[in-house]
Amino acid sequence: MAYSYQLKRVDFIFRNENDWEKVLSNTIKKKPDEIINELISSELKGRGGAGFPTGLKWKLTAESKSKEKYVICNADEGEPGTFKDREILTKVPYKVLTAMAVCGYVTGAKEGFIYLRGEYKFLEEELNKTIDEFQYYCQEINLDFKIKIFMGSGAYICGEETALMESMEGRRGEPRNKPPFPTQAGYRKKPTVINNVETLVHTWTIFKYGAKKFYDLGVQYSRGTKLFSVSGDTPKPGIYELELGMSLQDFVYEFGDGDTKAVQVGGASGFLVPRKKFKDTAIGYEGKLVGISLPTGGSMMLFNSSRSMFNVLDNYLEFFREESCGQCTPCRVGCQQLLLGIKAVKRGEKPASYLDKLLKLTETMQLTAKCGLGQSVANSFSSIVENFREEMIY
Amino acid sequence: MDKKVNITINGFPVELKKGKTILEAAEEQGIKIPTLCYHKDLCVAGNCRVCVVEVVGQKRLSAACATPCEDGMEILTNSLKVRNSRKHIIELILAEHNADCTKCYRNGNCELQELSSEYKIMTQDFIELAPLKNYTIDMYSPSIMKDDSKCIKCQRCVRTCAELQGVNALTVAYKGDHMRISTFFEKAMNDVVCTNCGQCVNHCPTGALVERNYIEEVWGAISDPTKHVVVQTAPAVRVGLGEEMGMKPGERVTGKMVAALRRLGFDSVLDTDFTADLTIVEEGTELLTRLKKALVEKDKSIRIPMITSCSPGWIKYIEHLYPDNLDNLSTCKSPQQMFGALAKTYYAKARNIEPEDIVSVSIMPCTAKKYEAHRPEMHDSGYRDVDYVLTTRELAIMVKQAGLDFDKLAPAKFDRLMGDSTGAGVIFGATGGVMEAALRTAYELVTGRDVPFENLNIAPVRGMEGVRKASIKIENPLEEWAFLDGVELKCAVAHGLVNAKKIMDAIKAGEADFHFVEIMACPGGCLGGGGQPIPTNPEIRQKRAEAIYAEDADLPIRKSHENPEVQKLYKDFLKEPLGEISHHLLHTKYTKRERF
Ligand SMILES: Cc1cc2nc3c(=O)[nH]c(=O)nc-3n(C[C@H](O)[C@H](O)[C@H](O)COP(=O)(O)O)c2cc1C
Ligand code: SF4
Ligand code: SF4
Ligand code: SF4
Ligand code: SF4
Ligand code: FES
Repeated sequence: MAYSYQLKRVDFIFRNENDWEKVLSNTIKKKPDEIINELISSELKGRGGAGFPTGLKWKLTAESKSKEKYVICNADEGEPGTFKDREILTKVPYKVLTAMAVCGYVTGAKEGFIYLRGEYKFLEEELNKTIDEFQYYCQEINLDFKIKIFMGSGAYICGEETALMESMEGRRGEPRNKPPFPTQAGYRKKPTVINNVETLVHTWTIFKYGAKKFYDLGVQYSRGTKLFSVSGDTPKPGIYELELGMSLQDFVYEFGDGDTKAVQVGGASGFLVPRKKFKDTAIGYEGKLVGISLPTGGSMMLFNSSRSMFNVLDNYLEFFREESCGQCTPCRVGCQQLLLGIKAVKRGEKPASYLDKLLKLTETMQLTAKCGLGQSVANSFSSIVENFREEMIY
Repeated sequence: MDKKVNITINGFPVELKKGKTILEAAEEQGIKIPTLCYHKDLCVAGNCRVCVVEVVGQKRLSAACATPCEDGMEILTNSLKVRNSRKHIIELILAEHNADCTKCYRNGNCELQELSSEYKIMTQDFIELAPLKNYTIDMYSPSIMKDDSKCIKCQRCVRTCAELQGVNALTVAYKGDHMRISTFFEKAMNDVVCTNCGQCVNHCPTGALVERNYIEEVWGAISDPTKHVVVQTAPAVRVGLGEEMGMKPGERVTGKMVAALRRLGFDSVLDTDFTADLTIVEEGTELLTRLKKALVEKDKSIRIPMITSCSPGWIKYIEHLYPDNLDNLSTCKSPQQMFGALAKTYYAKARNIEPEDIVSVSIMPCTAKKYEAHRPEMHDSGYRDVDYVLTTRELAIMVKQAGLDFDKLAPAKFDRLMGDSTGAGVIFGATGGVMEAALRTAYELVTGRDVPFENLNIAPVRGMEGVRKASIKIENPLEEWAFLDGVELKCAVAHGLVNAKKIMDAIKAGEADFHFVEIMACPGGCLGGGGQPIPTNPEIRQKRAEAIYAEDADLPIRKSHENPEVQKLYKDFLKEPLGEISHHLLHTKYTKRERF
């Protein structure tokens, strides 16, 4: 199958624009409904991983009845090797603040929080200055919306939206049962919009340039652009804003070192794609347009033929075993079993067929784990074990 | 707001009230969905995942305990997908579990064991994780043992300690494969704020938290011919023990229990109810004396309200968390400790036995009583006043070990001398019971008349509401108590330490004008104690409470001060309430403790 979509670099997110006051005051001249419809028609989906339609999220929160509501910007960015959100908060923080304030206006929330990853403490001072400035302007235009920074605790799981809220409320960062969803009962059990840093910046683009401009980028089901953190065996690691819907083949042409054996799309919780499937894989949200589409929070890691896929998997599982919050059985025990299991197979203590047992186990984890972490361990495990089975055994 | 939803469960249509979970809906239909982290006393955690069910059309399975029924849901509780997943999850739990059932205290009454038996988990394909971890057993507490190798991390104990008790002695520590249930700074249970109430033990589905048992020690004493072993039984035991013997909750087995104890070989089978009555006489007098000092003599050093002191879990709690309020406590020992002190003095003398030859055993619904018996101040007889404390559950184990067919035992009566009880002593086992018993006596003491409630049943202090308030107006008192004429005696009752906290905070803030407060550490009072049969839940507590009040109603004497043996005790030994001997044997002091 041939692709009509080539790799397209774009420059929206980091475009330095100093008209945020105008964007803010113009946007809130519109009715909340208009803004929501604009977002819905842009087909923007969350960039934090789960890909939930942003317009719908804002709409649901706006419709939830409560005097108290909140907006949270998820800047926990815990995925190893990604630092796109940090770049955004460093280079264009006012876009994020503007988007949060508009969200407050649309949903009726009067307070917003930036949940900042513990390791990003060094951003706090500068960011607070920007917030002060921003807050000053809000007062001028009589917009009642306060933004505060909340420093995260350093656990990966606290990036999961409900664990994040638990930790903000002073409890242990453990994901909650859903439903209820944050749009109904989020921070302090009040309706809450929680969006990734990058998602918020895209809303800014939509407010400023209109939904159509955004919609025209990307492909069906996967509109707009996305920041990618490119790492691994590549001559040009870094952060790139690209249109969604590109084929992995095109991506590897651009970023590979000529010897790319596989690409991990979406970090530890994503999928490993072997060379033979580059052509049939597109980067975007699930849709029926092209072969397989893989979503990603932005992490793209390339591996060349010098890499052992066993070690890659071993690393991911080590990560999950440690970063699982530990509350639910399938994830806590499952991660330990997977890690010890592949080691046992490698050492010959378990037969190769044990891998099939472990694959079945990942199915159960996917079906029954309480949150996205445990549910997505299956992604990397099955894609690596199925594509590189020999490397697991010998 | 009673909207209906229509769903199907395994293909059968069901209509139910909105807001029910899948688990509740299935239960209504008589379909059992297995659970581990779920407990009716606690908020839903949804972490064990054994309750997963399939909701047709959804990609993932749903935790039945945590998922509300929505209109149109098609639920499958036993599809192949569900079965396979559930089995997998049980296998995973077992892989992390030190499953040596034959050496486990919960063998035979363990939710995990039952579940693995139901699912016939016969093999273990996964790698055994328990041996890879350095688990240790915390045995430092005289009340509770904690064995992390048996813990399935359901967090029921953590939720119990936080939600029912407000103590938060147990917390979740670490994450991932290191996640475990721990205490502040990982200290031993004996060195933290833990009140030894045992509610966590009662709510633990496995053998990870169990009482420290003294069964062998008691058998040893019984078979030692040089020892005279007396046993006392707390009021709540007689309405709980039946459950351990296969009876329905709420059976009263007083007579059978006495018969069983006698057959176990105890030399004298006596009743804690007797010292419950004694407590009422002492405590009632103490209350009136305090009121007189405070109201008439305007003695500022007297603390009002006076708060009951018969629940040792509560005592440990107040010592840790409200050390400035220790003077509010009645100085009365708990009935168990009054009994112990008398057993090795009054009883020894009357029966002409050397106190050092007496072994004093008590059967309690409570694990905190084990700690209480260990307190250094509880040696007023010159010996350790109570040697061994067994829970209702431990007694059941002894009865089974002795091969007694409990059902067939002919009911027997307590031995005399500290074996007589009244209805007032019995209701000590229920929340509000001490208050009711005290009011029956104090009111009569002051006015010469019965409390103005039908059949002596003081309904306002009964029930399961967490905090209950009542007041009685005193009219036409006897001359000696003239200062109480027209006084509204204000009382409050709380059970479960979260509720105790509410009252204590009000007292501290000066927002409470109570004269007398009853606090029991455990939900429902002793009948819901940490040493009672497992499971204990709201319905079961209700049944046991009904049994307690029925027992009270059936007894010929229902006022503590009318207990003939108590009267004889004062005549022959104590002379008068709050007298010198009482002071020495029946009253105690409390210790300020740190929060951490
Ligand atoms: C284990 C785990 C970690 C996550 N970490 C992050 C994170 O660091 N940043 C983030 O924006 N979303 C993270 N998410 C996704 C959030 O739960 C949530 O979906 C997201 O913040 C919603 O924002 P969006 O709709 O803008 O994507 C994580 C999810 C899981 C399951
Ligand atoms: S899936 Fe893992 S991270 Fe998520 S709740 Fe369960 S144990 Fe915690
Ligand atoms: S806790 Fe239960 S399953 Fe585990 S060893 Fe004890 S009885 Fe067996
Ligand atoms: S015994 Fe009571 S106070 Fe102690 S940990 Fe258990 S529930 Fe908490
Ligand atoms: S100690 Fe018992 S109640 Fe607590 S988490 Fe472990 S198994 Fe559950
Ligand atoms: S009983 Fe539902 S998840 Fe544990």
